[in-house]
Amino acid sequence: MKLTLNIWRQASTASAGEMKTYQVEASPDMSFLEMLDVLNEELNEKGEEPVAFDSDCREGICGMCGLMINGEPHGPERTTTCQLHMRSFADGDTITIEPWRSTAFPVLKDLCVDRGAFDRIIQSGGYISVNTGAAPDAHATPVPKDNADRAFDAATCIGCGACVAACPNGSATLFLGAKVTHLGELPQGQAERWSRVVDMVGQHDHEGFGGCTNIGECVAACPKEIPLDVISQLNSDLRTAIRKGH
Amino acid sequence: MKGTRGVRTTIALKILMAVSGLLFLAFVALHMYGNLKAFAGHDAYNEYAHHLRTFAEPMLPFGGLLFVTRVVLVLSLVVHVGCAVALWRRAQAARTVPYVVKKHTGATYASRLMRWGGVTILLFIVWHLLNFTIGKVNVSGGPTSDPYDLVVDSFQVWWLTLIYLAAMLMLGAHLHHGIWSALQTLGLTPHARSRRLAKQAAFTIALVISVGFSLVPVFVLAGVIDK
Repeated sequence: MKLTLNIWRQASTASAGEMKTYQVEASPDMSFLEMLDVLNEELNEKGEEPVAFDSDCREGICGMCGLMINGEPHGPERTTTCQLHMRSFADGDTITIEPWRSTAFPVLKDLCVDRGAFDRIIQSGGYISVNTGAAPDAHATPVPKDNADRAFDAATCIGCGACVAACPNGSATLFLGAKVTHLGELPQGQAERWSRVVDMVGQHDHEGFGGCTNIGECVAACPKEIPLDVISQLNSDLRTAIRKGH
Repeated sequence: MKGTRGVRTTIALKILMAVSGLLFLAFVALHMYGNLKAFAGHDAYNEYAHHLRTFAEPMLPFGGLLFVTRVVLVLSLVVHVGCAVALWRRAQAARTVPYVVKKHTGATYASRLMRWGGVTILLFIVWHLLNFTIGKVNVSGGPTSDPYDLVVDSFQVWWLTLIYLAAMLMLGAHLHHGIWSALQTLGLTPHARSRRLAKQAAFTIALVISVGFSLVPVFVLAGVIDK
């Protein structure tokens, strides 16, 4: 299949970028990233600078490979970019590929952005403190099934940033909600529950993400299908934290 | 970030918007009920309008209830608009480079209309107060002392009715997303079922209020409500 690609090219964070057009010949069996690999091999042969894009596991679990494809994070399928295949496109299609657009995710080069803001949000409270020493037995603390399920569903968030990329407000609230719900549902997460939510929201705001207006574009873009419920949980936890004096 | 105060976060701004928005909702619901008195005729409508001023007398002075209501509404407006402006500016700063191509998968049209829709409603309220409360403008040139007659004179003018209907469409859209959004912001929709209920309730209330408000202008223009 012959494709026309409009790709954002930007040499570095400080330099200005622009869209450039490329032609590439791909097979429908290729993954989206393999198609970009083909393009880069051709660019290398021609002595041009290859397109920089992020990827790591290429099996949908690490969250590195976020690209804005035709105006949708991770493209038209509800999955990560690496799990998107060229059979989702038609011969002769024009595909526009852009990096995540967020002040908090500065573009490093071409399609690569720095998602360090997410790491700093996690560092601000997305953890539980445990004593060192012998690990307790896994079944030492009972967790009700419903809570365990909800915590696990929220924990599937891979921090890819698609929610931020999709959000018209550039908000990372779905990410925040997933982390706060994941730890808040578990007995081990209770000790730091109220300071966690306030510290994480504070870091989120400090990084320059926008506020949530409950539009729901984040949920439509999330490759892990994190539901809007987690944002309600986040709001509820923050309200409780304020009441408790945080 | 260590040392963050909960009340200094964007979510606190949203909670303020939700609470002030729900106060507006209570007001428009009562306002719509009062408007429908126009179907009961000249005397019933004017008596209702007068009763709003004598409500709870002598515990409250004449117009006491209206005064308290106006104070609460003005304060709510300051809070609602103030938070909206702060969050709007934040959202603009959060994405300074726009996408070349951006789809809005999963967003309702009403949800994308909130900010400019809110501005439209604010401009409408200014006109509405000039029309019926502060300035009392009778666009057909008649007297303005009789509330019922002023309503009939106003909505017999087709373009004025059109302005009001357009405003009610915007209000309906604002409530459609706003009510659900307020419930979500207050943390009342933590599972799929409560979210569905909140969205259905928001749509129903938005429809009832925008249609309820539209009835009087439409029926005046159609000649059913007459002097």
